[in-house]
Amino acid sequence: MRPAKIPTEELMTSGHLACQGCGATQAMRFALKALGPKTALVIPACCWSVIDGPFPHSSLKVPIFHTAFEAAASTASGLKAGLEMRGDTETVVMAWAGDGGTFDIGIQALSGAAERNEDMIYCCYDNEAYMNTGIQRSSATPAGAWTTTTPIKHYKKRPKKKIIDIMAAHSIPYIATASVAYPLDLIEKFKKAREIKGTRFIHVFAPCPTGWKLAPELSVSMARQAVTSKIFPLMEVTDNGRRWSVWKDFEPTPLQDYIKAQGRFRHLTDEEIEGIGRETERNWQELLMKERISLELPGLESE
Amino acid sequence: MKKVIMGNHAVSYGVRASEVKVISAYPITPQTQVVELLSEMCANGEIDAKFIMVESEHSAMTACVGASAAGARTFTATSAQGLLLMHEILHWAVGARLPIVLANINRAVGPPWSIWTDQNDSLSQRDVGWLQIYCESNQETQDTIIQSFKIAEKIKLPVMIVLDAFFLSHTFEIVDILEAEQVRAFLPPYVADKQVDVTESHSFGNLASPDSYMELRYMIQKAMEDSREVIREVDEEFGKHFGRSYGLVKPYRCEDAETILVTSGTVASTTRAVIDEMRDEGIKIGALKIRVFRPFPFEEVFDVLSKAKKVAVIDRNISFGHHGIFFQEVKSALYGRTDIPIAGYIAGLGGRDVTPTVIREIADKAISDKKPEREINWIGVKE
Repeated sequence: MRPAKIPTEELMTSGHLACQGCGATQAMRFALKALGPKTALVIPACCWSVIDGPFPHSSLKVPIFHTAFEAAASTASGLKAGLEMRGDTETVVMAWAGDGGTFDIGIQALSGAAERNEDMIYCCYDNEAYMNTGIQRSSATPAGAWTTTTPIKHYKKRPKKKIIDIMAAHSIPYIATASVAYPLDLIEKFKKAREIKGTRFIHVFAPCPTGWKLAPELSVSMARQAVTSKIFPLMEVTDNGRRWSVWKDFEPTPLQDYIKAQGRFRHLTDEEIEGIGRETERNWQELLMKERISLELPGLESE
Repeated sequence: MKKVIMGNHAVSYGVRASEVKVISAYPITPQTQVVELLSEMCANGEIDAKFIMVESEHSAMTACVGASAAGARTFTATSAQGLLLMHEILHWAVGARLPIVLANINRAVGPPWSIWTDQNDSLSQRDVGWLQIYCESNQETQDTIIQSFKIAEKIKLPVMIVLDAFFLSHTFEIVDILEAEQVRAFLPPYVADKQVDVTESHSFGNLASPDSYMELRYMIQKAMEDSREVIREVDEEFGKHFGRSYGLVKPYRCEDAETILVTSGTVASTTRAVIDEMRDEGIKIGALKIRVFRPFPFEEVFDVLSKAKKVAVIDRNISFGHHGIFFQEVKSALYGRTDIPIAGYIAGLGGRDVTPTVIREIADKAISDKKPEREINWIGVKE
C-alpha cells in the first residue's frame, strides 16, 4: 500500500444523525475527501437516508438525490445521462448504498448498470445487515451472526454472498474493497476510481456498533481486524474483472479475536468459530489462487 | 409532412418533435415499436438523446427520474405489467416533482396472459399523482405527447399518455408529422428551476417529518388543480400553432341529447358512428369522450351531462368490488348537483371488440331502462 495524503477539505459537516462509532459515516467522509466537490450522490433507502439529516437540512456539501431502495444504480444511470445531456461531463455520479440495497434488493439494477458499464462509482458501504430498520439479516450478513431475523436459536448458517465475484463477472473496469480502518488506502482507491470511465464498484467495510453489539470506540479496531483476520480482504480487480490483486502485507491476527469481540457472535461455540475459521482460510486461499491465475493469463494490460 | 403510420410510431414522432434528451425503456408487447423507432432515431442522430436500455421497467422509470432530476427532458413507454412494475417509482416521480412523460399502451393485466387492450393497467395508477390523458387517434397521440411535455414542465408533475393496445397502437392512420423545428417555438428546450447540480448542495427527497410532509402533498394537489387551466391554455396554444385542439373532454351531438354515452380511448370513435346512426333514426342521443382523466374535468363533465336525462358510462376496466372506474368518476362529478340516472357498462375487457353492435346494445338498454336496474352491467359475458 502506498501512502496517500488525506485532503483537508471537509465535504461532510457535523449535525448528521449517525450513531456513535458509525463506520458508514467515516466511509462517506473519507470517500468525499477523495472525490472532491464535483460529486453528485444517489442514495437509496439505507442508514444514509437518515444520516444525511432531515428536510430541509443536509450534512453533505455535495448534492444528494434520494431514491427508492432497489434503485441506486438505475437512478445514477439516469442522473449521469441527464447531466451529460445538459453539458456537464465533469461531475462524478456516485451511487451510495448499504449492503441490503446492493446485495439484495438493488442487485438487479446494479447488475443492469454494470453490464451497460454506466459511468458511475457504485459504493456499497457494508455493515452486514439491515441496520436502519433494526438489524435484520441481509445476504451480506456473515455466517454465524445473530440478527433480529436470525435469532440465536437460528443464527445465520449461510455464508455471506460473494459480491466481488458477482461484480467481477460483469467485466467492469474497476472493483475494489476498502475499509474505514485503512483511510489512506480507501482514499487512494476512490481517487483511482474517479479517474476511470465506466462502472467502478467499491465495497467498503463499515462496522455498525449498534448492530454488532460492539462498543462504539471499537469500530475502527474491528474493521482493521476484519482485514488482518482475512475475513474481509483488501483487494482490487482491474482489467475488466480479470486481474485480481490482494493486499497481503499485514500481520495476521486470530479470527477468534475478531469474532469474540462482537456481541452478534456471542452464542458461537469454539467449534463453530473454528468452522468459520476454516471457511475464511479457504476463501483466502481461493482468492490468492485467483490472483495467481490472473497473473498467468496472457494478454493482460499491465497496471 | 403527412404519412400513414401506426399509433406506436406516432408516439415516437411526438418524442422526436419534443427534442427529448434522455429516453429509458424496456421492451413489452404492444409497446415495442415505440422504443424500436426511438432507438433507431437516436442511433442515426435524428434525436440528440441518450437512450438507456435498462434491464426492467422499474429501472426505466428510475433512470427517467435520475435524468429528469438532472434537468433533462425525459421519456419512457410501457404497458401493463411494465407499468405495474414501475408503480413505486411513479410515486417517486410525483413526489420529486419531475416532468417525465410516459406513453402507456393499455394492455390487460395477467394472469391469464393477455396482450390485448383494457384500461386496468393505467387506471390502477389513478392515485399516484400522474396526469392521465387518453387518446383515440394517431394524430391526437403525436400531438398529445408534444403538449404533455409543455404541461408537465409548467406544473412540475409527470404526464401519462394512454392509448389502446392494437386498436390504436398497431392501427395505421394518416398523421401530420411535426418536426422539432416546427415545434420549438411552442415547446422551447426544458430548463429546470431546481436540478441536481454540484454548484448547489441540495438534498432532494430526504426525510420529511410530519411537520412538513403534508404541505408537500398539498402542493401536489394544488398543482393538479391548477393543471386544468394549464392543459386548456396549452391545448389552445397548440391549436394556434398547428390548427388542432382536443379539449379536456369531447362532446359529440350532446346539445339536445336526452341520453349521453360516456367513453374514452378508441371506443369513443366507434361510439360516434353509432350516435350518427341513431340520430338518423330520430333518437336524441350524444356521446362524451373523456380525454383528460387526471386531473378529472369535473366542470366539463357536469356541463355536458347535466343537460341530459340519462347517462351511460362504458368502461373498458373494472374496479373489483366496486364499479367501472370512469363510472365512479362521472358519478362523483354529478353527485349532489343533479339526480340524472347513471348506469355503468363493462365491455371490451382483455381486448374483446367493442363493436357498433355492442355500443348499440348499451345505448338501447340505457334508453329502455326507466331507471337502471343495476348500476353495473356486464356486456357480452358468456354463460
